Amino acid sequence: MDSALAVLNAAPLWLVVTIKSALLLLVVVTTFAYAMLAERKVMGWMQLRPGPNRVGPWGLMQPASDAAKLILKEDLTPSTADPLIYKLAPFISLLTAFSVYAIIPFGAGSQGTWAIGNVDAGILFLMAISSLGVYGISLGGWASGSKYPLLGSVRATAQMISYELAMSLSFIGVLILAGTTSLDGIVSAQARLWFCIPQAVGFVIYVITAVAETNRTPFDLVEAETELVGGFHTEYSGLRFGSFFIAEYVNMLTVSCIATLLFLGGWNAPFGLTMVPGVLWFVAKVATFMFFYIWLRATLPRLRYDRLMAFGWKVLLPVATLNLIVTAVVVAVRG
Amino acid sequence: MRKRLFNVGAILQGLSITFGFMFKKRPTIEYPSVKKQHAPRFHGLHELRRYGDAKERCIGCELCSSACPANAITVIGAENTPEDRKSPGERYAARYEIDELRCIFCGLCEEACPTDAIVLTPRFEMADYRRGSFIYSKDRLLVPPDAGVGAAPDDRPGGIPSDLGRVAEIKSTTDVEEGYSATHRGEILKTERRGLAG
Repeated sequence: MDSALAVLNAAPLWLVVTIKSALLLLVVVTTFAYAMLAERKVMGWMQLRPGPNRVGPWGLMQPASDAAKLILKEDLTPSTADPLIYKLAPFISLLTAFSVYAIIPFGAGSQGTWAIGNVDAGILFLMAISSLGVYGISLGGWASGSKYPLLGSVRATAQMISYELAMSLSFIGVLILAGTTSLDGIVSAQARLWFCIPQAVGFVIYVITAVAETNRTPFDLVEAETELVGGFHTEYSGLRFGSFFIAEYVNMLTVSCIATLLFLGGWNAPFGLTMVPGVLWFVAKVATFMFFYIWLRATLPRLRYDRLMAFGWKVLLPVATLNLIVTAVVVAVRG
Repeated sequence: MRKRLFNVGAILQGLSITFGFMFKKRPTIEYPSVKKQHAPRFHGLHELRRYGDAKERCIGCELCSSACPANAITVIGAENTPEDRKSPGERYAARYEIDELRCIFCGLCEEACPTDAIVLTPRFEMADYRRGSFIYSKDRLLVPPDAGVGAAPDDRPGGIPSDLGRVAEIKSTTDVEEGYSATHRGEILKTERRGLAG
């Protein structure tokens, strides 16, 4: 792998970036497809059902059949919708979901990290892009010209603002410990001790806010099919709905990657098991986190809206602030 | 408020329950490839039966039709002629139609029938693409000539037997189709009647 990277490093930059992006896009889209299948399978097992098993062996061709279905469906635009924004919104979601992967490193070799770009302010870029993701949802719901999507998008905005704060504060705890904002540096700083141990409180806060940020159960008030008939994507159909769907799963994958990078030691092997390549450790950690997501969805009911807000502002934010202060004091005292 | 927000124990308990369920045996029957064994007396598609000598049991009396709460059965009887005897009685069903879309599978036709001609089988896969194809006429209801059971009343010395006699004979004949045969039904009917009697 390192020799392949050496060849890549010798090629012109635009070519390297194009090849890496194409490769990564392929990997992420395939992961999305099978994450979706895995979700339906695991949820099925937890509900004493076999899950999809009709298309291909063990249902492995299910994603392909779903994709074909979504592509063939009629693309509806409500007459009350704002056509331009309505049509643009799914792609805003998709674009922001994918662009995060420009800087996420998946492993490290002697030729540098395995990432498209190694940004020094990596974590800030992550926060900036993932905050943009809410625009797709808000604009899509607003431009649908229908009341349920509007309520969904209003909730999305409020929820994002409430939980983004606590999430950022949990990041800062890690930044203080690592002393760098580059994702590469943060992972190297965890070579001996993963940050989920000294930053246990921050880790718990991050896990909770990550679920809220990606609008997944129990924080899926934005979709809330029982009350909002699908929320922001009520009016969407076909490939545009598919785009929102892909964006949701890619965002799940993103927050799993961030959790792995910031709290679970990235590609560092646990217990000195270095004979397994770092990338596999990274994948295993991300997969565990994704499983946790699915597990949560199969277990917890949706929060009531006022409790969601109360929890975000009255519990998560103070606890995150306290955690930040304590971390800062401890680091300052120990020098 | 505080208790509700901090009830972490309940969440962990819930998570452990769903995790445990992942490894439990799933009760799913994967239907088209695996079929459930229905109870022998399951009320499914009708069939019109014959006697052992291939004569139709139906005597065109229309009792099933009048017993039917859903008005699903149409019977048009006709006279038997000495040259062409379709049934042991005076009359037979020239037309016998059941609209399976109207049918509620209550089995009252079966109970009304004095000759055990119309019975409900455990067959239930009747799906089709056209409404018209749910009107089952004699060509689909009547069992094949070699699948008859029991002796026709006029073939026996002494003429018309009692009801119990007929049921007993059905038991002695091996028959017919898909594991749950008319024989099986007869057996159950008999056991049940015995139980009622004594």
